[in-house]
Amino acid sequence: MTKPLPHPNATTQPFWSGCQQGRFELQRCEACGHMQFPPRLACTSCHSGALGWVNASGRGTVYSFTTVYRAPIEAFKPDLPYIIAMIELEEGPRAMMNLRGADPERIAIGMEVEIFFEPPAADGGYPLPQARLRS
Amino acid sequence: MPSPVITGAADTEVGKLEGSTSLGLQAQAAMAAVEDAGLSLAEIDGVLCAYSFTEPHLMLSSVVSEFLGIAPSYSVAVQAGGATACAQLVHAAALVESGRCRHVLVVCGDNRLTGMTRDRAVAALSEVGHAQFERPYGISVPSAYALVARRYMHEYGVTLEHLAGVAVAHRKNAMRHPKAQMREPITLEDVARSRPISTPLRLLDCCLISDGGAAVVVSAADAARDTRKPGIAILGTGQMNTHEHIVAAPSFTDFGCKQSSAQAFGRAGIKAADIDVAEIYDSFTITLLAELESIGFFGRGEAGPAILSGALDLDGKLPCNTHGGLLSYAHSGAAGGMFHVVEAVRQLRGEAAGRQVANARLGFVHGDGGILSVHFSLVLGRL
Ligand SMILES: [Zn+2]
Repeated sequence: MTKPLPHPNATTQPFWSGCQQGRFELQRCEACGHMQFPPRLACTSCHSGALGWVNASGRGTVYSFTTVYRAPIEAFKPDLPYIIAMIELEEGPRAMMNLRGADPERIAIGMEVEIFFEPPAADGGYPLPQARLRS
Repeated sequence: MPSPVITGAADTEVGKLEGSTSLGLQAQAAMAAVEDAGLSLAEIDGVLCAYSFTEPHLMLSSVVSEFLGIAPSYSVAVQAGGATACAQLVHAAALVESGRCRHVLVVCGDNRLTGMTRDRAVAALSEVGHAQFERPYGISVPSAYALVARRYMHEYGVTLEHLAGVAVAHRKNAMRHPKAQMREPITLEDVARSRPISTPLRLLDCCLISDGGAAVVVSAADAARDTRKPGIAILGTGQMNTHEHIVAAPSFTDFGCKQSSAQAFGRAGIKAADIDVAEIYDSFTITLLAELESIGFFGRGEAGPAILSGALDLDGKLPCNTHGGLLSYAHSGAAGGMFHVVEAVRQLRGEAAGRQVANARLGFVHGDGGILSVHFSLVLGRL
């Protein structure tokens, strides 16, 4: 079993196309200004269908994290141990990413991170947004 | 209006049951629950099933009814992850209250330990992660709960020892139950030295994988007279969904159990402090700790120290998971949550020999599905 890769659909295509351009895009409600992630068909705050896309700053902080020692599927076993972090973006929404290049013993909630993009695993795939500590 | 009544409750043997099947465990539990109620299968006019990993089917309640040789006038499957058993009870209560059914059989069971490999069980559960925004990062159910645990520890000063205390308390309870899957005593050090799964959670912070089935019969208030044992009333129910995926959780410390339990207490006309015995979903040590504090049984950051001092013991502030829970009794899919219901019924009937909570009159049962996403609460009472 290979790693699950993102397969965009009509709702998420703009997000993944943004990743191809090196942008992490959030939805912003044109009615109430609410920012949200993951992408939806309507605003989760006021339920307006008028959503636009804005480029996030790519900066955020570690909201929570875990070092994984038990992989969900075989394909992740070579990566063990790896860090999954919940990143709180500057704009407010949270997103899950792997925290790369960090010493698990030294990570703390609140640390500042920036988003970078890992190249697609296969031709025609999408770059995966990931986090690394800001120096 | 008089409350719907649980008139029968039973579970099968649990643990490693070589040769068992999902359908067989469901049927065995169903027949035992109907027998416990003093009814015959022919008197069952409603069937609510859950789901099975080892024998999945689009129409499980139809498959189970066919296997049992019954033709209920109402039969569907209910799926709400770990909250399924409590969700089934809520549906069953509504069916008998509305007059649509008199005796509803509510059944769960799966041979998750012997019917599939551990790797396959872990992989199947990880599929609840968001396909595009979680699973590409290698998320599993334990990792998602680990993210909750880390944040919860950060905000409320919960320590690894507090989490370990939950595991030890459950093992202590399981040792009093002759059928429990895990009855070897464990210490805080054993938990701290167990294999890391996803920090801060270690193996002994995580629920078991088991074979087993469990079922109850929910009867209309007037129909309960036909049954063998004193009924246990469903005095109040509640539900709350706040999210499905952890990436979309509105909070990592406040969960829907707060609202679902408040609804159930309100409908029953009681307060949390009135509960004599609680059976609360404990997929991980953090699950129980966060629920106990979100519901309000303990103040924020207070459950951990209280549990280390014996708060969940039979004579503690809140006797809880008196069978040993998912952590030490057994966890076989939806039946995991139904074991909590069956144990609550036994406690309220005074049938929990060797682990009976003295004068247990009011019980609370709670199920959590997803990553603390979907919550169902029940208040049960001796009639
Ligand atoms: Zn809006």
